[in-house]
Order: sequence, then structure tokens, then C-alpha cells
Amino acid sequence: MRITLYGTRGSLATPGPETVRYGGNTSCVEVRGEDGTVLVLDAGTGIRRLGATLGPEAGRVDVLLTHLHMDHIQGLGFFRPLDQPGQEVHIWGPPSTTLHLSARLGRYLSPPLFPVRLRELPCRLALHDVPLDPAGFQIGTLRVCAAHVCHPGPTVGYRISEGGVSIAYIPDHEPMLGATRLAGADWISGFDLAAGVDLLIHDSQYSAVQYPHHVGWGHSAIPHVLEFAARTGATRLVTFHHDPRHDDAALDALVDEARNSAALPFEIVPGTEGARFDLASH
Amino acid sequence: MPQKAVELILMRQLASYLAMPILMFDPDGTLLFYNEPAEVLSGRRFDETGEIPFEEWSSTVHATDDDGTPLPFEVRPLGIALLKRQAAHRKFWAQGADGIRRKFEATAFPLEGQGGRHLGAVMILWEAPS
Repeated sequence: MRITLYGTRGSLATPGPETVRYGGNTSCVEVRGEDGTVLVLDAGTGIRRLGATLGPEAGRVDVLLTHLHMDHIQGLGFFRPLDQPGQEVHIWGPPSTTLHLSARLGRYLSPPLFPVRLRELPCRLALHDVPLDPAGFQIGTLRVCAAHVCHPGPTVGYRISEGGVSIAYIPDHEPMLGATRLAGADWISGFDLAAGVDLLIHDSQYSAVQYPHHVGWGHSAIPHVLEFAARTGATRLVTFHHDPRHDDAALDALVDEARNSAALPFEIVPGTEGARFDLASH
Repeated sequence: MPQKAVELILMRQLASYLAMPILMFDPDGTLLFYNEPAEVLSGRRFDETGEIPFEEWSSTVHATDDDGTPLPFEVRPLGIALLKRQAAHRKFWAQGADGIRRKFEATAFPLEGQGGRHLGAVMILWEAPS
């Protein structure tokens, strides 16, 4: 399984000379299976560049949305496979109790916010409520499990497995909401998604100083992420969904502080745009 | 033990901040969580007990009407919320682990999660003037 980060920024695209290393594009990650299966995790502004790498040989493309906040769907209209006649594209999103995924996405992909409607796209598009069955579902050689996590509005995280290796992608997550410490494992939001994964890509939006001013906004402070990663037994933690106020220097400082805060039982990797991780099947 | 549904996790976090006794049950009646104000009924802290099976819980707390007649589970607010998946409210007497009878008003409601999942029920208690 090969994982490439195309957008690591949270909330708002933040291009500029001060963010060139961590990147300014919002959430988008490509996961490629051994058989060439392509999964796209979220459709933030990073998806435009990802889409440019996908030619007709890519075959079916599946876009897995964690939720429908703007920073996770804003790039969708610029995802090249959607403009390719006959290209098979599947978009999966969290179920809603009121509206189908097409109606919710259509709020953005329609005038006046966007000139083209979903139904006018030339590709072969299928929209799905993502199954929440803990057993997951199969896309190519990749096993996908989705589960709700703590974040305002219906939001899921994903666990993707292949050949004995697994990753968890939880870009927007506030497991410490209303808690001063994480409870038992069965009471921790996102625990089953992240338990024992080889790579955990997780919300790391705030510093410890910032978090008290943003309780309930649906994001984590770095110390929360460290505790979550330790409790779930992840092997590597990739910091993700960086706050737009954090430039490269600030993010370096946060990662350094995290590394020096304690003897971490996992490796911490700064989530930088373009970073690639190859996980060899066991 | 599998992770709880996020709706239950959020409910527990809310309950832990509120000042009235709140108890959360799974669809089988297992007491999943109770907050500090509800410890008067169980006599112990949740951190000590963890989840309490229905049989153990129902043998600890005895609910009766004004005449002292035991109230069957199916007519109590919790029973209605769990068995009929309806909200219910009622006054009754309850004797907790400390042996003291108190008059409570109880409101119970089912927890219906995303995708039509029945997650159990929540019961909120108010100690009523006797």
C-alpha cells in the first residue's frame, strides 16, 4: 500500500512562502493498493493535483469523504476524473438522517457556488452512503472500514487494510471533547479505527495553548493526539489538518516539542504535502 | 471490548458534566454509565463498578409506587424506553444501595443512532418532594 499526502492543511487553504514545506492545500490523501486500486481520502484543494496524475489507465477511482465541511470537498469540482467521459468514479460519504449524499454535495456543486451541477458531469458517477458495518467493505485489494468519530455533524474516519498492514485516516477528530483524560478504550472515539495501525494520519490542529479557546470545534491539540496514538498502539503518527495560523516554523516547533515531551511509543512524522509512505504487505 | 458508538461517547461526556443523576443503558438493559450524581443509587463510583449487568442493577435498585407496590420493569420509564423505544416519564420511589427510599421523577428516552441503530436508553432522575 502506498500513501501520498496531497493536502495536509485544515480549515482553509493556506498557500504562501511561509507554508511551502507543510503545504497549503486542504485535506486530500491518495491510497494505492497493490493491484493499482486508487482511493482518494477527502476532496480538499489537494485533490486537484492528485487528479492531474490520474490518466485513463487508473480505471475506477473511489473518493472517500470523511464529512462535508468545505475544506474537505472544495477541490471536488477540479478533480480531473470527474471531467472524463466514461471515467468510473465513486464518491462515498457519511450517511445523513435527512438528505442523500447527492443532495448535500449538490449544495456546493451547483450555482451560484459552482457553475456545473453534479448531474452534468460527463463521468460515470456513483454516490454512496458509506457502510458503517465494522466488518467493512472491499474496494479492489483494499479493505475499508468507516466509523463515526467526534466532530460536529456526521463525520467518519477510515481504516484501510491490505496484506496485513493498515492505516487510519482521522483528519477531523476531537476525542478529548468534554474529557480531561481519555477513558477506557471502548469509550474512546476512533479507537477501533486506529487500534494497532501501521500509520495513523490524525488531526493535530491546535497547540495545547490554543485548544481551550476552541473546545467543541471538533479538533485535537497535539498532546491529545499523542495520547490517542499511544493508547491505540499506532506505529507511526502523521500530524495532519494543520491550523492555517501555523506556518512551517510553527509546525516544526510543535513537532519538536511533541518529540521531546515524553518517550513516545511510536514514531511521529510531520505531515507535509508530498510525503509518501510505502507499507509493505506482511 | 468493542468501542462504543460515538453517540454514546458524546452522551456520556454530556452526562458527566450535568448535575442531575443520569444513567445510560444498552438495548439489553446493561448499565453502561452513570454520572456522579447517580452514584447515590448504586452506592459506588462508576470508576469502581464499570458497566453493571441488568440483573445486578435491578437487584440493587428497587422501584415501587406510592403504596410500596413493586413496579414491573415494563411500566417504568426505562422499561418503556428500552422495550417500546418510546420516551416516558413517571414518579416512583426507589431504594438505592444506601437503603434510603427516595421519591424520584424519571424521564427516559431511547437513543436512536445514525442509520437506525437502537443504541439503548438514557434515564434522567430528579429527586421529587415526597
